[in-house]
Amino acid sequence: MANAPKFADVKVGDELPPLKLPPVTRHQLALYCGGSGDHNPIHVDIDFAKKFGFKDVFAHGMLSMAFLGRLATSWVPQAQVRKLGTRFTAITWVGDQITVSGKVTGKREENGEKLVDLEVKCTNQNGQNTLEGSATVALA
Amino acid sequence: MLDKKHIGHTFKPFTTTVEAGKIRLFCKAIGEENPIYHDEAAAKAAGYRAIPAPVTFLTAITNDDPDKGGLLRLLGVDIGLILHGEQHYEYLAPVHVGDRITCQARVVDIYDKKGGALWFVVSEVDLKEAGSGKPVAKARSVTVVRNPDAAKKA
Repeated sequence: MANAPKFADVKVGDELPPLKLPPVTRHQLALYCGGSGDHNPIHVDIDFAKKFGFKDVFAHGMLSMAFLGRLATSWVPQAQVRKLGTRFTAITWVGDQITVSGKVTGKREENGEKLVDLEVKCTNQNGQNTLEGSATVALA
Repeated sequence: MLDKKHIGHTFKPFTTTVEAGKIRLFCKAIGEENPIYHDEAAAKAAGYRAIPAPVTFLTAITNDDPDKGGLLRLLGVDIGLILHGEQHYEYLAPVHVGDRITCQARVVDIYDKKGGALWFVVSEVDLKEAGSGKPVAKARSVTVVRNPDAAKKA
């Protein structure tokens, strides 16, 4: 990635270009069930979801975490990602439109690497955060 | 309630191979269109030795356990009662198509909140290269169990 950011150019407070995703579909949840190996029926079988008290199926938290991963790896090559973590703070329902955003919260050097800490999050169409996470990337 | 005696339990390790087709399906599901995940030539041109596993594809690797669902069976919890609370990955070495990865999971903590209405199970997985034993990643997850006692009464 020729245009990866350089450590010297990055400032605390810098924002990553946000990622606006299309609405979550049932088809997408079925694909993610197969692709991720998470076969919990609560994400694809509405009868099962209702039996356990939910109005409908809902997205795998890890589907949204994959969006955090896409944000990070659209900013730096993935070989430079050192950490990615998140709390899942709200359920993402079918039809929800997620925006992924991130900003630089710190710069440091550790074990000879120049590291940048990021706050990353997923927010739904109502402005509610569904994932609140962080990432650490190494920059040249 | 959940039994805290399971803290420290280690699961049987397993080894799985990272497959290109699985990565393609994973990328289709998450909307990832970067050619490095679909085309070996593009991956090599970008400096990877083969198609790299997307950063959260580690979940597909750890889910490839032939003894899938072992944590829930250990705890006696129905899959309909769980929610994902947290997930954290630490990347120690790149993972590519063709790599054989050994996963070893363990329970590191179990605790409750709201007077037992919610239980939290913290587990960790070490991912290593099958041949060399070189660590490639660490995964830490928090599984939330909704009111397990109410479910048992039902």
